Amino acid sequence: MSYTFALTDYVIFFAIVIGVLVAGFLGHFWRKPTTFKDIQEWGIGGRRFGTVVVWFLLGGDLYTAYTLVAVPGLAASSGALGMFAITYGIMIYPIVYATMPRMWNVSKRRGYVTASDYVKDRFNSRMLAMLIGLTGVVAEIPYIALQIVGIKFVMSSLAIPAIIGLTIAFLLVAGFTFFSGLRGPALTAIIKDAIIWAAVIVIVIYVPLKLGGFGHMFSAAAAISPSTVSLSPALELGYVTLALGSALALFLYPHAITGTLGSKSSKTIKRNSALLPLYNVLLLFVAIIGIAAVVQNNGLYSSSTSSLAFPDVILHTFPSAFTAFAFAAVVVGSIVPASIMALASANLLTRNVYLEYINPNASSATQSLLSKVLVIVVIALALAFSFVPAASGEIVYLQTFGGAFILQTLPAVYLSLYTRKLNKYAVGLGWAAGLGTALYALFEIGFKSSLYKPIDFIYVGILSLVVNLAVLAVTMLVVVALKKVKEEGIIENAEFQDISEMD
Amino acid sequence: MNAIAKFILLAIPYFLMVLGIGIYNRVNPKLGGWPFFYWYQLVWIFVAAILTSAVYLVERREKASKKGDAQ
Repeated sequence: MSYTFALTDYVIFFAIVIGVLVAGFLGHFWRKPTTFKDIQEWGIGGRRFGTVVVWFLLGGDLYTAYTLVAVPGLAASSGALGMFAITYGIMIYPIVYATMPRMWNVSKRRGYVTASDYVKDRFNSRMLAMLIGLTGVVAEIPYIALQIVGIKFVMSSLAIPAIIGLTIAFLLVAGFTFFSGLRGPALTAIIKDAIIWAAVIVIVIYVPLKLGGFGHMFSAAAAISPSTVSLSPALELGYVTLALGSALALFLYPHAITGTLGSKSSKTIKRNSALLPLYNVLLLFVAIIGIAAVVQNNGLYSSSTSSLAFPDVILHTFPSAFTAFAFAAVVVGSIVPASIMALASANLLTRNVYLEYINPNASSATQSLLSKVLVIVVIALALAFSFVPAASGEIVYLQTFGGAFILQTLPAVYLSLYTRKLNKYAVGLGWAAGLGTALYALFEIGFKSSLYKPIDFIYVGILSLVVNLAVLAVTMLVVVALKKVKEEGIIENAEFQDISEMD
Repeated sequence: MNAIAKFILLAIPYFLMVLGIGIYNRVNPKLGGWPFFYWYQLVWIFVAAILTSAVYLVERREKASKKGDAQ
Protein backbone atom coordinates (compact mmCIF):
# COMPACT_ATOMS: atom_id res chain seq x y z
CA MET A 1 0.00 0.00 0.00
CA SER A 2 1.34 3.41 -0.87
CA TYR A 3 1.24 6.13 1.66
CA THR A 4 2.86 9.51 1.85
CA PHE A 5 4.72 10.84 4.83
CA ALA A 6 5.45 14.48 5.42
CA LEU A 7 8.84 15.75 6.42
CA THR A 8 7.69 16.18 10.02
CA ASP A 9 6.76 12.48 10.14
CA TYR A 10 10.28 11.52 9.15
CA VAL A 11 11.61 13.90 11.77
CA ILE A 12 9.51 12.16 14.46
CA PHE A 13 10.59 8.72 13.29
CA PHE A 14 14.30 9.46 13.11
CA ALA A 15 14.34 11.53 16.30
CA ILE A 16 13.03 8.55 18.28
CA VAL A 17 15.21 5.92 16.63
CA ILE A 18 18.36 8.03 16.87
CA GLY A 19 17.51 9.04 20.42
CA VAL A 20 17.32 5.40 21.49
CA LEU A 21 20.58 4.56 19.73
CA VAL A 22 22.28 7.48 21.48
CA ALA A 23 20.92 6.23 24.80
CA GLY A 24 22.53 2.88 23.99
CA PHE A 25 25.90 4.57 23.74
CA LEU A 26 25.24 6.63 26.88
CA GLY A 27 24.61 3.37 28.74
CA HIS A 28 28.39 3.17 28.92
CA PHE A 29 28.35 5.89 31.56
CA TRP A 30 25.38 4.54 33.51
CA ARG A 31 26.48 3.22 36.94
CA LYS A 32 29.93 3.22 35.42
CA PRO A 33 32.24 0.55 36.79
CA THR A 34 35.91 1.14 37.46
CA THR A 35 36.77 -1.03 34.46
CA PHE A 36 35.05 -2.36 31.38
CA LYS A 37 37.87 -4.79 30.79
CA ASP A 38 36.12 -7.31 33.01
CA ILE A 39 33.67 -9.57 31.25
CA GLN A 40 31.39 -9.56 34.31
CA GLU A 41 31.03 -5.80 34.01
CA TRP A 42 30.64 -5.64 30.25
CA GLY A 43 28.74 -8.90 29.83
CA ILE A 44 26.23 -8.83 32.65
CA GLY A 45 26.41 -5.27 33.95
CA GLY A 46 28.28 -6.33 37.09
CA ARG A 47 25.13 -8.11 38.49
CA ARG A 48 23.77 -4.85 39.78
CA PHE A 49 20.31 -4.41 38.28
CA GLY A 50 17.35 -4.19 40.65
CA THR A 51 13.71 -5.23 40.21
CA VAL A 52 12.65 -2.28 38.06
CA VAL A 53 15.58 -2.34 35.65
CA VAL A 54 15.35 -6.12 35.30
CA TRP A 55 11.65 -5.78 34.58
CA PHE A 56 12.45 -3.48 31.67
CA LEU A 57 15.49 -5.46 30.59
CA LEU A 58 13.74 -8.84 30.48
CA GLY A 59 10.59 -7.21 29.14
CA GLY A 60 12.68 -5.63 26.42
CA ASP A 61 14.24 -9.00 25.85
CA LEU A 62 11.08 -11.01 25.60
CA TYR A 63 8.57 -8.62 24.07
CA THR A 64 10.10 -7.39 20.86
CA ALA A 65 9.54 -6.88 17.15
CA TYR A 66 8.21 -10.40 17.49
CA THR A 67 5.44 -9.01 19.65
CA LEU A 68 4.51 -6.16 17.37
CA VAL A 69 4.94 -7.77 13.98
CA ALA A 70 5.05 -11.56 14.17
CA VAL A 71 2.19 -12.14 16.64
CA PRO A 72 -0.40 -9.92 14.90
CA GLY A 73 0.92 -11.36 11.63
CA LEU A 74 0.14 -14.91 12.70
CA ALA A 75 -3.29 -13.83 13.97
CA ALA A 76 -3.98 -12.10 10.65
CA SER A 77 -3.12 -15.17 8.58
CA SER A 78 -4.19 -17.98 10.90
CA GLY A 79 -6.69 -16.39 13.30
CA ALA A 80 -6.89 -17.85 16.78
CA LEU A 81 -3.61 -19.75 16.31
CA GLY A 82 -1.93 -16.38 16.93
CA MET A 83 -3.16 -16.56 20.51
CA PHE A 84 -0.56 -19.26 21.18
CA ALA A 85 1.72 -16.36 22.12
CA ILE A 86 -0.54 -15.57 25.08
CA THR A 87 -0.87 -19.19 26.21
CA TYR A 88 2.91 -19.30 25.95
CA GLY A 89 3.28 -16.06 27.91
CA ILE A 90 1.13 -17.43 30.73
CA MET A 91 3.31 -20.54 31.05
CA ILE A 92 6.68 -18.77 31.08
CA TYR A 93 6.85 -17.42 34.59
CA PRO A 94 6.23 -20.41 36.84
CA ILE A 95 9.24 -22.05 35.15
CA VAL A 96 11.29 -18.92 35.64
CA TYR A 97 10.35 -18.94 39.30
CA ALA A 98 11.38 -22.57 39.70
CA THR A 99 14.68 -22.40 37.84
CA MET A 100 16.24 -18.97 37.49
CA PRO A 101 16.79 -18.07 41.16
CA ARG A 102 18.78 -21.29 41.54
CA MET A 103 20.75 -20.49 38.41
CA TRP A 104 21.44 -16.97 39.68
CA ASN A 105 22.62 -18.18 43.10
CA VAL A 106 25.13 -20.65 41.73
CA SER A 107 26.32 -18.17 39.09
CA LYS A 108 26.88 -15.45 41.64
CA ARG A 109 28.82 -17.80 43.90
CA ARG A 110 31.04 -19.06 41.13
CA GLY A 111 31.19 -16.03 38.83
CA TYR A 112 29.39 -17.59 35.86
CA VAL A 113 28.48 -15.38 32.92
CA THR A 114 26.74 -17.98 30.73
CA ALA A 115 24.64 -21.11 31.25
CA SER A 116 27.45 -23.13 29.72
CA ASP A 117 29.82 -21.95 32.46
CA TYR A 118 27.40 -23.66 34.82
CA VAL A 119 27.01 -26.80 32.70
CA LYS A 120 30.78 -27.20 32.61
CA ASP A 121 31.07 -27.40 36.39
CA ARG A 122 27.83 -29.25 36.98
CA PHE A 123 28.82 -32.10 34.68
CA ASN A 124 32.56 -31.63 34.86
CA SER A 125 32.58 -31.57 31.08
CA ARG A 126 33.82 -28.74 28.92
CA MET A 127 32.72 -30.63 25.82
CA LEU A 128 29.10 -30.69 26.97
CA ALA A 129 29.42 -27.02 27.92
CA MET A 130 30.63 -26.13 24.45
CA LEU A 131 27.84 -28.10 22.74
CA ILE A 132 25.21 -26.40 24.88
CA GLY A 133 26.82 -23.01 24.20
CA LEU A 134 26.97 -23.51 20.43
CA THR A 135 23.33 -24.64 20.46
CA GLY A 136 22.52 -21.33 22.10
CA VAL A 137 24.33 -19.33 19.44
CA VAL A 138 22.70 -21.27 16.60
CA ALA A 139 19.27 -20.78 18.17
CA GLU A 140 19.90 -17.07 18.64
CA ILE A 141 20.72 -16.23 15.01
CA PRO A 142 17.21 -16.80 13.56
CA TYR A 143 15.79 -14.92 16.56
CA ILE A 144 17.96 -11.88 15.80
CA ALA A 145 17.03 -12.27 12.14
CA LEU A 146 13.38 -12.10 13.20
CA GLN A 147 14.04 -8.71 14.78
CA ILE A 148 15.67 -7.52 11.58
CA VAL A 149 12.95 -8.82 9.27
CA GLY A 150 10.34 -7.31 11.57
CA ILE A 151 11.56 -3.82 10.86
CA LYS A 152 12.19 -4.41 7.18
CA PHE A 153 8.47 -3.97 6.57
CA VAL A 154 8.40 -0.75 8.52
CA MET A 155 11.32 0.61 6.53
CA SER A 156 9.72 -0.26 3.22
CA SER A 157 6.46 1.44 4.28
CA LEU A 158 8.52 4.54 4.99
CA ALA A 159 10.23 4.20 1.60
CA ILE A 160 13.63 3.73 3.23
CA PRO A 161 15.81 1.37 1.15
CA ALA A 162 15.77 -1.80 3.27
CA ILE A 163 19.28 -3.12 2.76
CA ILE A 164 21.00 0.18 3.44
CA GLY A 165 18.65 1.10 6.29
CA LEU A 166 18.99 -2.26 8.04
CA THR A 167 22.73 -2.39 7.64
CA ILE A 168 23.20 1.07 9.13
CA ALA A 169 20.70 0.42 11.94
CA PHE A 170 22.29 -2.82 13.00
CA LEU A 171 25.85 -1.61 12.70
CA LEU A 172 24.84 1.09 15.19
CA VAL A 173 23.31 -1.58 17.44
CA ALA A 174 26.56 -3.53 17.25
CA GLY A 175 28.39 -0.29 17.99
CA PHE A 176 26.58 0.58 21.19
CA THR A 177 26.68 -3.02 22.40
CA PHE A 178 30.43 -3.01 21.82
CA PHE A 179 30.79 0.22 23.75
CA SER A 180 28.34 -0.23 26.64
CA GLY A 181 27.87 -3.98 27.16
CA LEU A 182 24.68 -4.97 28.96
CA ARG A 183 24.28 -1.43 30.30
CA GLY A 184 23.46 -0.26 26.75
CA PRO A 185 20.33 -2.39 26.19
CA ALA A 186 19.32 -1.97 29.86
CA LEU A 187 19.11 1.80 29.49
CA THR A 188 17.50 1.72 26.04
CA ALA A 189 14.99 -0.87 27.27
CA ILE A 190 13.44 1.65 29.61
CA ILE A 191 12.94 4.22 26.86
CA LYS A 192 11.82 1.60 24.37
CA ASP A 193 9.13 0.30 26.70
CA ALA A 194 7.73 3.76 27.37
CA ILE A 195 7.38 4.26 23.61
CA ILE A 196 5.92 0.82 22.90
CA TRP A 197 3.40 0.96 25.74
CA ALA A 198 2.28 4.43 24.63
CA ALA A 199 1.87 3.35 21.02
CA VAL A 200 0.10 0.09 21.85
CA ILE A 201 -2.31 1.59 24.35
CA VAL A 202 -3.44 4.20 21.84
CA ILE A 203 -3.78 1.55 19.13
CA VAL A 204 -5.72 -0.99 21.17
CA ILE A 205 -8.15 1.60 22.43
CA TYR A 206 -8.73 3.36 19.15
CA VAL A 207 -8.74 0.54 16.56
CA PRO A 208 -11.55 -1.58 18.10
CA LEU A 209 -13.59 1.60 18.69
CA LYS A 210 -13.26 2.44 15.05
CA LEU A 211 -14.45 -1.06 14.14
CA GLY A 212 -17.49 -0.64 16.40
CA GLY A 213 -16.13 -2.13 19.64
CA PHE A 214 -14.55 -5.50 20.43
CA GLY A 215 -17.84 -7.41 20.17
CA HIS A 216 -18.55 -6.05 16.72
CA MET A 217 -14.99 -6.62 15.62
CA PHE A 218 -15.01 -10.28 16.71
CA SER A 219 -18.40 -10.90 15.03
CA ALA A 220 -17.19 -9.35 11.80
CA ALA A 221 -14.03 -11.47 11.98
CA ALA A 222 -16.05 -14.64 12.68
CA ALA A 223 -18.17 -13.92 9.61
CA ILE A 224 -15.02 -13.69 7.49
CA SER A 225 -13.50 -16.87 8.93
CA PRO A 226 -14.55 -18.92 11.97
CA SER A 227 -10.85 -19.65 12.55
CA THR A 228 -10.47 -16.15 13.98
CA VAL A 229 -12.58 -16.86 17.08
CA SER A 230 -11.62 -20.45 17.90
CA LEU A 231 -9.13 -23.05 16.74
CA SER A 232 -9.82 -25.79 14.28
CA PRO A 233 -9.72 -28.98 16.43
CA ALA A 234 -7.04 -30.36 14.09
CA LEU A 235 -4.68 -27.64 15.30
CA GLU A 236 -5.22 -28.12 19.05
CA LEU A 237 -2.16 -30.31 19.57
CA GLY A 238 -0.05 -27.95 17.45
CA TYR A 239 -1.34 -24.98 19.43
CA VAL A 240 -0.60 -26.31 22.90
CA THR A 241 2.75 -27.86 22.00
CA LEU A 242 3.84 -24.64 20.33
CA ALA A 243 2.87 -22.70 23.45
CA LEU A 244 4.41 -25.20 25.89
CA GLY A 245 7.57 -25.61 23.84
CA SER A 246 8.06 -21.86 23.51
CA ALA A 247 7.51 -21.36 27.25
CA LEU A 248 10.01 -24.07 28.18
CA ALA A 249 12.49 -22.72 25.64
CA LEU A 250 12.44 -19.05 26.52
CA PHE A 251 14.72 -19.00 29.52
CA LEU A 252 17.10 -21.46 27.92
CA TYR A 253 17.97 -18.80 25.35
CA PRO A 254 21.31 -17.16 26.10
CA HIS A 255 19.82 -13.65 26.05
CA ALA A 256 17.19 -14.45 28.68
CA ILE A 257 19.82 -16.01 30.95
CA THR A 258 22.12 -13.01 30.42
CA GLY A 259 19.34 -10.63 31.46
CA THR A 260 18.60 -12.80 34.49
CA LEU A 261 22.21 -12.98 35.62
CA GLY A 262 22.40 -9.18 35.46
CA SER A 263 20.00 -9.10 38.45
CA LYS A 264 21.38 -8.05 41.80
CA SER A 265 19.72 -10.82 43.80
CA SER A 266 17.58 -13.92 43.44
CA LYS A 267 14.77 -11.93 45.04
CA THR A 268 14.84 -9.60 42.02
CA ILE A 269 14.13 -12.59 39.81
CA LYS A 270 11.33 -13.95 41.98
CA ARG A 271 9.63 -10.58 42.09
CA ASN A 272 9.90 -10.29 38.35
CA SER A 273 8.27 -13.70 37.88
CA ALA A 274 5.23 -12.11 39.47
CA LEU A 275 5.50 -8.73 37.71
CA LEU A 276 6.57 -9.63 34.17
CA PRO A 277 3.22 -11.28 33.30
CA LEU A 278 1.81 -7.73 33.02
CA TYR A 279 3.41 -7.63 29.58
CA ASN A 280 1.13 -10.50 28.55
CA VAL A 281 -1.84 -8.15 28.72
CA LEU A 282 -0.11 -5.99 26.13
CA LEU A 283 0.68 -9.09 24.09
CA LEU A 284 -2.95 -10.18 24.09
CA PHE A 285 -4.17 -6.85 22.80
CA VAL A 286 -1.46 -6.79 20.15
CA ALA A 287 -2.60 -10.23 18.96
CA ILE A 288 -6.13 -8.87 18.67
CA ILE A 289 -4.82 -6.14 16.35
CA GLY A 290 -4.11 -9.01 13.95
CA ILE A 291 -7.83 -9.85 14.10
CA ALA A 292 -8.64 -6.17 13.47
CA ALA A 293 -6.42 -6.38 10.41
CA VAL A 294 -8.52 -9.29 9.11
CA VAL A 295 -11.69 -7.21 9.50
CA GLN A 296 -10.14 -4.17 7.86
CA ASN A 297 -8.75 -6.27 5.01
CA ASN A 298 -12.04 -8.17 4.76
CA GLY A 299 -10.15 -11.45 4.54
CA LEU A 300 -7.31 -13.45 6.07
CA TYR A 301 -3.80 -12.42 5.09
CA SER A 302 -1.57 -14.81 3.18
CA SER A 303 1.49 -15.98 5.08
CA SER A 304 3.81 -13.96 2.84
CA THR A 305 2.00 -10.68 3.55
CA SER A 306 1.14 -11.40 7.19
CA SER A 307 3.96 -9.25 8.57
CA LEU A 308 2.22 -6.26 7.03
CA ALA A 309 -0.89 -6.73 9.19
CA PHE A 310 0.21 -4.48 12.05
CA PRO A 311 1.66 -1.69 9.84
CA ASP A 312 -1.50 -1.87 7.66
CA VAL A 313 -3.84 -1.31 10.59
CA ILE A 314 -1.84 1.68 11.73
CA LEU A 315 -1.60 3.17 8.25
CA HIS A 316 -5.34 2.78 7.75
CA THR A 317 -6.38 4.17 11.07
CA PHE A 318 -4.07 6.93 12.18
CA PRO A 319 -2.71 10.23 10.92
CA SER A 320 0.76 9.96 9.49
CA ALA A 321 2.47 11.59 12.50
CA PHE A 322 1.21 8.87 14.86
CA THR A 323 2.06 6.22 12.28
CA ALA A 324 5.63 7.49 12.26
CA PHE A 325 5.65 7.27 16.07
CA ALA A 326 4.29 3.70 16.05
CA PHE A 327 6.78 2.64 13.39
CA ALA A 328 9.59 4.06 15.47
CA ALA A 329 8.25 1.90 18.34
CA VAL A 330 8.59 -1.21 16.18
CA VAL A 331 12.14 -0.29 15.22
CA VAL A 332 13.32 0.42 18.76
CA GLY A 333 11.46 -2.73 19.82
CA SER A 334 13.87 -4.69 17.70
CA ILE A 335 17.04 -2.82 18.63
CA VAL A 336 17.08 -3.70 22.33
CA PRO A 337 16.62 -7.47 22.02
CA ALA A 338 18.99 -7.71 19.06
CA SER A 339 21.66 -6.10 21.21
CA ILE A 340 21.16 -8.48 24.16
CA MET A 341 20.96 -11.53 21.91
CA ALA A 342 24.19 -10.66 20.13
CA LEU A 343 25.90 -9.93 23.43
CA ALA A 344 24.78 -13.23 24.95
CA SER A 345 25.97 -15.20 21.92
CA ALA A 346 29.31 -13.43 22.00
CA ASN A 347 29.74 -14.27 25.69
CA LEU A 348 29.16 -17.95 24.94
CA LEU A 349 31.64 -18.07 22.07
CA THR A 350 34.25 -16.33 24.18
CA ARG A 351 33.81 -18.19 27.44
CA ASN A 352 32.90 -21.65 26.31
CA VAL A 353 34.73 -22.04 23.03
CA TYR A 354 37.68 -19.62 22.94
CA LEU A 355 38.61 -19.76 26.60
CA GLU A 356 38.15 -23.53 26.85
CA TYR A 357 39.66 -24.72 23.62
CA ILE A 358 41.79 -21.99 22.08
CA ASN A 359 43.40 -19.87 24.76
CA PRO A 360 42.77 -21.06 28.32
CA ASN A 361 45.06 -18.33 29.69
CA ALA A 362 43.14 -15.42 28.19
CA SER A 363 42.86 -12.54 30.65
CA SER A 364 39.50 -11.06 31.52
CA ALA A 365 40.43 -8.04 29.39
CA THR A 366 41.11 -10.24 26.36
CA GLN A 367 37.81 -12.07 26.88
CA SER A 368 35.98 -8.80 27.08
CA LEU A 369 37.60 -7.50 23.88
CA LEU A 370 36.89 -10.70 21.98
CA SER A 371 33.24 -10.66 23.06
CA LYS A 372 32.93 -7.11 21.76
CA VAL A 373 34.28 -8.08 18.37
CA LEU A 374 32.07 -11.17 18.24
CA VAL A 375 28.98 -9.01 18.79
CA ILE A 376 29.64 -7.48 15.41
CA VAL A 377 30.21 -10.90 13.82
CA VAL A 378 26.96 -12.32 15.24
CA ILE A 379 24.93 -9.32 14.10
CA ALA A 380 26.46 -9.58 10.63
CA LEU A 381 25.50 -13.29 10.48
CA ALA A 382 21.95 -12.50 11.53
CA LEU A 383 21.74 -9.73 8.90
CA ALA A 384 22.81 -12.23 6.28
CA PHE A 385 20.25 -14.74 7.57
CA SER A 386 17.50 -12.13 7.37
CA PHE A 387 17.88 -11.94 3.60
CA VAL A 388 17.45 -15.68 2.95
CA PRO A 389 14.11 -16.65 1.39
CA ALA A 390 12.96 -18.56 4.49
CA ALA A 391 12.66 -15.25 6.29
CA SER A 392 9.96 -13.92 3.98
CA GLY A 393 7.06 -16.14 5.06
CA GLU A 394 5.34 -16.36 8.43
CA ILE A 395 8.16 -14.83 10.44
CA VAL A 396 6.90 -16.08 13.80
CA TYR A 397 8.33 -19.44 12.76
CA LEU A 398 11.85 -18.02 12.72
CA GLN A 399 11.65 -17.91 16.47
CA THR A 400 10.15 -21.37 16.77
CA PHE A 401 13.03 -22.88 14.73
CA GLY A 402 15.44 -21.47 17.29
CA GLY A 403 13.16 -22.77 20.04
CA ALA A 404 13.32 -26.30 18.67
CA PHE A 405 17.12 -26.22 18.92
CA ILE A 406 17.43 -24.56 22.29
CA LEU A 407 14.87 -26.92 23.87
CA GLN A 408 17.41 -29.72 23.51
CA THR A 409 19.50 -28.05 26.22
CA LEU A 410 16.67 -28.37 28.75
CA PRO A 411 17.99 -31.48 30.55
CA ALA A 412 21.51 -30.02 30.84
CA VAL A 413 20.31 -26.69 32.17
CA TYR A 414 16.94 -27.08 33.94
CA LEU A 415 16.92 -30.71 35.10
CA SER A 416 20.47 -30.48 36.40
CA LEU A 417 19.45 -27.62 38.71
CA TYR A 418 17.48 -30.20 40.67
CA THR A 419 19.57 -33.36 40.47
CA ARG A 420 23.25 -34.24 40.43
CA LYS A 421 22.65 -37.78 39.24
CA LEU A 422 22.37 -36.99 35.53
CA ASN A 423 25.19 -38.62 33.63
CA LYS A 424 26.93 -36.38 31.09
CA TYR A 425 26.91 -39.01 28.35
CA ALA A 426 23.20 -39.57 28.81
CA VAL A 427 22.55 -35.82 28.57
CA GLY A 428 24.84 -35.57 25.53
CA LEU A 429 23.18 -38.47 23.71
CA GLY A 430 19.72 -37.05 24.44
CA TRP A 431 20.86 -33.67 23.12
CA ALA A 432 22.18 -35.23 19.89
CA ALA A 433 19.04 -37.31 19.35
CA GLY A 434 16.79 -34.31 19.99
CA LEU A 435 18.73 -32.03 17.69
CA GLY A 436 18.81 -34.69 14.98
CA THR A 437 15.03 -35.12 15.23
CA ALA A 438 14.46 -31.36 15.08
CA LEU A 439 16.64 -30.94 11.99
CA TYR A 440 15.09 -33.93 10.26
CA ALA A 441 11.55 -32.72 10.87
CA LEU A 442 12.32 -29.11 9.90
CA PHE A 443 13.93 -30.24 6.65
CA GLU A 444 10.91 -32.41 5.92
CA ILE A 445 8.66 -29.37 6.43
CA GLY A 446 11.08 -27.34 4.33
CA PHE A 447 11.53 -24.71 7.07
CA LYS A 448 8.13 -23.26 6.15
CA SER A 449 6.55 -23.87 9.54
CA SER A 450 7.48 -25.64 12.74
CA LEU A 451 4.39 -27.81 13.04
CA TYR A 452 4.91 -31.43 12.02
CA LYS A 453 1.92 -32.57 9.98
CA PRO A 454 2.44 -36.38 10.14
CA ILE A 455 1.86 -36.28 13.91
CA ASP A 456 -1.20 -34.03 14.26
CA PHE A 457 0.77 -30.82 13.64
CA ILE A 458 2.82 -31.28 16.82
CA TYR A 459 5.47 -28.58 17.36
CA VAL A 460 8.84 -29.89 16.22
CA GLY A 461 10.48 -28.60 19.41
CA ILE A 462 8.29 -30.73 21.67
CA LEU A 463 8.56 -33.76 19.41
CA SER A 464 12.36 -33.59 19.57
CA LEU A 465 12.36 -32.89 23.30
CA VAL A 466 10.36 -36.09 23.82
CA VAL A 467 12.94 -38.03 21.79
CA ASN A 468 15.71 -36.31 23.76
CA LEU A 469 14.20 -37.24 27.14
CA ALA A 470 13.50 -40.81 26.00
CA VAL A 471 17.12 -41.33 24.92
CA LEU A 472 18.28 -39.72 28.15
CA ALA A 473 16.07 -42.03 30.22
CA VAL A 474 17.16 -45.19 28.41
CA THR A 475 20.83 -44.25 28.73
CA MET A 476 20.34 -43.51 32.43
CA LEU A 477 18.83 -47.00 32.84
CA VAL A 478 21.97 -48.47 31.29
CA VAL A 479 24.11 -46.34 33.60
CA VAL A 480 22.07 -47.57 36.57
CA ALA A 481 22.39 -51.18 35.39
CA LEU A 482 26.16 -50.77 35.19
CA LYS A 483 26.08 -49.29 38.71
CA LYS A 484 27.86 -46.19 37.44
CA VAL A 485 25.46 -43.64 38.92
CA LYS A 486 27.33 -41.00 40.85
CA GLU A 487 27.06 -37.38 41.80
CA GLU A 488 28.40 -35.48 38.83
CA GLY A 489 30.42 -32.29 38.77
CA ILE A 490 31.89 -30.06 41.43
CA ILE A 491 28.83 -28.02 42.44
CA GLU A 492 27.35 -28.82 45.86
CA ASN A 493 23.57 -28.80 46.18
CA ALA A 494 23.79 -26.12 48.88
CA GLU A 495 25.14 -23.66 46.33
CA PHE A 496 21.67 -23.35 44.82
CA GLN A 497 20.25 -21.91 48.05
CA ASP A 498 19.46 -18.20 48.27
CA ILE A 499 22.55 -16.26 49.14
CA SER A 500 20.89 -14.27 51.88
CA GLU A 501 19.99 -17.54 53.61
CA MET A 502 23.62 -18.51 53.80
CA ASP A 503 24.86 -15.30 55.43
CA MET B 1 4.37 -24.79 52.73
CA ASN B 2 6.13 -27.89 51.50
CA ALA B 3 7.79 -28.26 48.13
CA ILE B 4 4.96 -30.35 46.67
CA ALA B 5 2.34 -27.72 47.47
CA LYS B 6 4.49 -25.05 45.84
CA PHE B 7 5.05 -27.24 42.83
CA ILE B 8 1.30 -27.77 42.44
CA LEU B 9 0.59 -24.03 42.66
CA LEU B 10 3.19 -23.33 40.01
CA ALA B 11 2.02 -26.21 37.81
CA ILE B 12 -1.70 -25.38 37.74
CA PRO B 13 -1.44 -23.07 34.69
CA TYR B 14 0.23 -25.85 32.70
CA PHE B 15 -2.53 -28.34 33.38
CA LEU B 16 -5.20 -25.84 32.48
CA MET B 17 -3.52 -24.38 29.42
CA VAL B 18 -2.14 -27.61 27.93
CA LEU B 19 -4.56 -30.34 28.94
CA GLY B 20 -7.51 -27.94 29.11
CA ILE B 21 -7.37 -26.93 25.44
CA GLY B 22 -10.58 -28.91 24.77
CA ILE B 23 -12.30 -26.84 27.45
CA TYR B 24 -11.28 -23.36 26.38
CA ASN B 25 -11.21 -23.80 22.61
CA ARG B 26 -14.77 -22.54 22.19
CA VAL B 27 -16.57 -19.35 21.20
CA ASN B 28 -19.37 -19.32 23.81
CA PRO B 29 -20.09 -18.11 26.43
CA LYS B 30 -18.95 -14.70 25.29
CA LEU B 31 -18.08 -11.90 27.65
CA GLY B 32 -18.54 -8.32 26.45
CA GLY B 33 -18.47 -9.63 22.88
CA TRP B 34 -15.14 -11.44 23.44
CA PRO B 35 -15.12 -15.11 22.39
CA PHE B 36 -14.48 -17.50 25.29
CA PHE B 37 -11.11 -18.51 23.81
CA TYR B 38 -9.91 -14.92 24.25
CA TRP B 39 -11.34 -13.80 27.56
CA TYR B 40 -10.47 -17.08 29.28
CA GLN B 41 -6.82 -16.40 28.49
CA LEU B 42 -7.07 -12.79 29.63
CA VAL B 43 -8.33 -14.06 33.00
CA TRP B 44 -5.50 -16.62 33.19
CA ILE B 45 -2.83 -14.00 32.67
CA PHE B 46 -3.89 -12.57 36.04
CA VAL B 47 -4.58 -15.86 37.83
CA ALA B 48 -1.19 -17.29 36.86
CA ALA B 49 0.55 -14.15 38.09
CA ILE B 50 -1.37 -14.36 41.38
CA LEU B 51 -0.37 -18.02 41.86
CA THR B 52 3.31 -17.22 41.34
CA SER B 53 3.07 -14.21 43.65
CA ALA B 54 1.38 -16.37 46.30
CA VAL B 55 4.28 -18.82 46.29
CA TYR B 56 6.71 -15.93 46.58
CA LEU B 57 4.84 -14.30 49.48
CA VAL B 58 4.56 -17.58 51.38
CA GLU B 59 8.27 -18.24 50.90
CA ARG B 60 9.11 -14.77 52.12
CA ARG B 61 6.99 -15.14 55.22
CA GLU B 62 8.52 -18.55 55.96
CA LYS B 63 11.97 -17.07 55.67
CA ALA B 64 11.10 -14.18 57.97
CA SER B 65 9.69 -16.48 60.64
CA LYS B 66 12.72 -18.77 60.40
CA LYS B 67 14.94 -15.77 61.03
CA GLY B 68 12.73 -14.80 63.98
CA ASP B 69 13.11 -18.29 65.50
CA ALA B 70 16.86 -18.17 65.21
CA GLN B 71 17.15 -14.96 67.19
